[in-house]
Amino acid sequence: MKHRYLPMTEQDQKEMLDTIGVSSIDELFSDIPEKVRFQGQYQIKPAKSESSLLKELSQMAAKNADNKAYASFLGAGVYDHYKPIIVDHVISRSEFYTAYTPYQPEISQGELQAIFEFQTMICELTGMDLANSSMYDGGTALAEAGMLAAGHTKRKKLLISGAVNPESQDVVRMYALGQSIEVVQVPTKDGVTDIEALNEMIDDNTAAVLVQYPNFYGQVEDLRKVEAVTHEAKALMVVSSNPLALGILTSPGKLGADIVVGDAQPFGISESFGGPHCGYFAVTNKLMRKVPGRLVGETTDEVGRRGFVLTLQAREQHIRRDKATSNICSNQALNALAASVAMTALGKKGVQEIATQNILKANYAKKAFEAAGFEVVYQGPHFNEIVVNVKTSITALNKELFNKGIIGGFDLGKVDENLEGHALIAVTEQRTKEEIDALVQEMGSFRA
Amino acid sequence: MGYSLPELDIPEVDLSTLLPEGLLREEAAELPEVSELDIMRHYTALSKRNHGVDSGFYPLGSCTMKYNPKINESVARFPGFANIHPLQDEETVQGAMELMYDLQEHLIEITGMDDLTLQPAAGAHGEWTALMMIRAFHEANGDTQRTKVIVPDSAHGTNPASATVAGFDTITVKSDENGLVDLEDLKRVVGDDTAALMLTNPNTLGLFEENILEMAAIIHGVGGKLYYDGANLNAVMSKARPGDMGFDCVHLNLHKTFTGPHGGGGPGSGPVGVKKDLIPFLPKPVLVKTEEGYHFDYNRPQSIGRVKPFYGNFGINVRAYTYIRSMGPDGLKAVTEYAVLNANYMMRRLQPHFDLPYDRHCKHEFVLSGRRQKKLGVRTLDMAKRLLDFGYHPPTIYFPLNVEEGMMIEPTETESKETLDAFIDAMIQIAKEVEETPEIVQQAPHTTVIKRLDETKAARTPVLRYKKA
Ligand SMILES: Cc1ncc(COP(=O)(O)O)c(C=O)c1O
Repeated sequence: MKHRYLPMTEQDQKEMLDTIGVSSIDELFSDIPEKVRFQGQYQIKPAKSESSLLKELSQMAAKNADNKAYASFLGAGVYDHYKPIIVDHVISRSEFYTAYTPYQPEISQGELQAIFEFQTMICELTGMDLANSSMYDGGTALAEAGMLAAGHTKRKKLLISGAVNPESQDVVRMYALGQSIEVVQVPTKDGVTDIEALNEMIDDNTAAVLVQYPNFYGQVEDLRKVEAVTHEAKALMVVSSNPLALGILTSPGKLGADIVVGDAQPFGISESFGGPHCGYFAVTNKLMRKVPGRLVGETTDEVGRRGFVLTLQAREQHIRRDKATSNICSNQALNALAASVAMTALGKKGVQEIATQNILKANYAKKAFEAAGFEVVYQGPHFNEIVVNVKTSITALNKELFNKGIIGGFDLGKVDENLEGHALIAVTEQRTKEEIDALVQEMGSFRA
Repeated sequence: MGYSLPELDIPEVDLSTLLPEGLLREEAAELPEVSELDIMRHYTALSKRNHGVDSGFYPLGSCTMKYNPKINESVARFPGFANIHPLQDEETVQGAMELMYDLQEHLIEITGMDDLTLQPAAGAHGEWTALMMIRAFHEANGDTQRTKVIVPDSAHGTNPASATVAGFDTITVKSDENGLVDLEDLKRVVGDDTAALMLTNPNTLGLFEENILEMAAIIHGVGGKLYYDGANLNAVMSKARPGDMGFDCVHLNLHKTFTGPHGGGGPGSGPVGVKKDLIPFLPKPVLVKTEEGYHFDYNRPQSIGRVKPFYGNFGINVRAYTYIRSMGPDGLKAVTEYAVLNANYMMRRLQPHFDLPYDRHCKHEFVLSGRRQKKLGVRTLDMAKRLLDFGYHPPTIYFPLNVEEGMMIEPTETESKETLDAFIDAMIQIAKEVEETPEIVQQAPHTTVIKRLDETKAARTPVLRYKKA
C-alpha cells in the first residue's frame, strides 16, 4: 500500500487492469488531450507522517491565542458559551459525521430524526411554524430571507436596520446585487432602529424590513413598533435573532415576524475562527413552500411505522434547476446536530437560565463600568452586549488588555466612524465576576 | 436537566427591572428535559439508525464518499484552532492565518490558478461567488449585455440555480452521443451575450470532456469566461489542472475531494480559484502575506464584497489542509489513479449485467442505466432499495438527467478490491433477481429498520416539527 488511506495492492492493481483490458493506469487517462495533460508533480509540500504532522500542526495552532485561556469579551456575532461536553461526543459518532445528506431514508433515520428535532426546537425558540434543516450561517440566512421576501412580495427593495451585524449587512447586499434588489439602510437612534425614519422610508416597493433582535449593539429592539410599521406597508418582517437570547425574550414569532433567521453558534458550536457555524431559517406556514434548503418531514412507512424523509423537495435546485429561488445544496447539518444536542442538554429550564445569566452578567458589567466613570452609551434593555465609550484607541487598549490575559471588546470604530473609541463588550455566562472586575479595572487604569 | 452552568457569582437582580414588560417571554420554549445519560442514549440510538462511510461502502456518485481521516478531526479540535474568535487581533491568530494561506497556496498549485478565496461555505456558494466575480468583471469592461450563462444538460442542479441567483439567464447546451458537450450546439448558443460557460470536467457522467480546448476557444472567442465545477476533482489530480485547460475560475468541494467529512449534509467548504483577470474581484478581505506577518486586506476597491461573514468554514479548511499534508504530491496522484482504476474496474465488471450508455474509459465515476431492468418492471429505485439489504448505501440515482433510470457509481480510492467485488456480486445478484424473482427487488428493502416511506403523504400534509398531542 502506498499510503494508510489507500488499500490498493500491486496484486489487486494487476488483476483490475486485466479485467479492464488495459496494461497501465495511464491508459485510463488517454482521453485527456496531450496538450492539457499535467506533466510532473505538484509543487506542494511532501507527505508527512501522522506523528510529525500532528506535531507541526499543534505548533501552528499554538501560535493562536486560544481564547479559553483568556477572559474573552469579544462577541459581535460569535460567542464563547458553555458547550456541554456531550456535544462533541455525539457529533464524533461517525455514523453521523461520515454520512451524506439523508437521501436514502431507510438507512438515514438517525440523521433525519435529529434534524426534525432541530427544526422543532428552532420553532419553539423562535415562535415560528416551521424551520428548515440549516443554512450556512446567520449572514447568508438573512440574505436568503431578504431574497425570499422580494420573491414573495414581488417588490424590489429591502430596508435593513443599521443595527444589524455589519458583516451580515454586507452579505445581504451581495445577494441583493445578483437579484437587482435595492438595499437601503435605516438609521439607528440610541442604538436601536429609528422607527420614525423607518416609517418615512418604507413604501409600497418595500419587500421586507430586516432587523436584529437583540441587535448588533446588544440592545433589544422593540419589535412591536417595527411590526406595526412593516405590516402597515404590507412588507414582511424579517428578524435575525440570537436563538440563545430567545430562551428568555418574547419570541419574534409572537411579535409578528414572518421570517426569523440567525446563527445557532451559541448552542454548542465552537467559534472556530468564524466557521463552520450554523444558520437557521424559520417562517410562518404561509411561506412554507418558499423556504430555501432542505426540510425534514414526518410520515409513515408501508406498515404504518412513523419515520422521516426529506420533503417538499420541489423547491430545491436539484428539481427546479434555474427556476429554483435558492442554490443551496450542502448545508451545516453536523452543526445543526451539535446545536440540537446543546439545546437538548440545556432543555426548557437551562435555556432560560443561561439567557438570564447573560443579561445579569452584562448588567453587572454595565453597572461596574458606570461606577468606574465610563459612559455606557445605550441605555435601553440589553442582552449580553453593551457599548462602552472608552474615548481612546481600542486597538491600543486591547493590546494592553491582551498582555493582562484579557481579550477586549470589538472596536466599533472599525464599522462606524461615529463610534471611534467605543468598544462592544460581550459578557456571557462564561465570564466570572472576577474577570469582569479585572476588565473594568484594567480599562480604568489604561484610560487614566 | 442535562446541563451544568457556571455558578452565578454576581448578585441576582429581578429580570423585570432589566427587561420592560412584554419583552420577557411568557411561555417557555418547550425544549426537552432529560438527563445527560438519556441524551447520550437517545443520540446513540439515532446513530445506529444511520449509515456513514465508517458503517459501510457508500458509492454515491458525485459526492466522493471517501474515508474521512481521524487525524483531521483531532487537528480541527486543537484549542488553538477551535477556540479562536474571528475578530481577535490579527497578531493573536497568525497560526490560523498561516494555515489558511498555505492551504490557498496548495490549492492554487493543484488547480493551476493564480489566486484563491476560502470564503465560500460550500460548492453552490462557490459557484455563485465565482459568477458574481464574472459579472463584476464584465461590468467593469462595460459589457453589461452579457446576461447568459451556458450550462450543459448533464450539469448538477446547483449550476443553473447559482446562475439564476447571480442574476443570469441559463442556456442549456445538449450532450452528444458520446456523452460530451455537443460542440455544434455550443457554437449555436454562444454570442456577445455570453457571460460564461459552467462546466464540470470530468462531467457528471464521469467522462472527460475531450474537446475542452475547443470549447475554451469558442467561449473565449466570444469574450465569455470559463467556469469549472470542481466537484469532480478527485478524477484529475496530478493529471490535468483546470487552469491549464483554459478555465478562468474553479470551485472545489473540500468536503468531497479533500475529505472534509460530509456531516450528514454539511458543513462543506467551496473555495474559488481564479486567473489573473478576476483577481481584483475576489471577495474581501483577501489574505495577504507581508514582512510583518499575515494580514486581512479590506482595501480592495473592485472586490465584489463579502459572500459570508468572516473567512469561510475554517474548521473544514483545517481538515482539508491536514489531508493534503498527509498525502503530499505522490499521495494525491495515487488518489486519482486508484479512484479511476476502481471506477473502471467496477464499470467493466458490471457492464454485462446493466446497460452502459457510454462505453469508454470513465474517470472517477460512471453511470449505468437500469432501462433493461425497467422493461422487466423493476425500476432503478427498486434496485437501490434492494442494495440496502446488502448493507450498502446505493449509488446516486436518476442523475444526471440525461440517462434513463441512471445509477451513478463512485467508488473512490479508499475502497479495497475486496469491497468492490462484494458490492459487484450484490449488484449481479440483484440483476438476476430482477429476472427471476422481481418482487424481491420491488418490495425491498427487507432488512432495514423501516420500510419505504410515504413521500407523497409527507409532502401533501407536511409535518415539519414535533407537537405534543
Ligand atoms: C457536480 C456538483 N456540483 C456542485 C455541487 C454542489 O456542492 P455543494 O453541495 O457543496 O453546494 C455538487 C454537490 O453534490 C456536485 O455534485
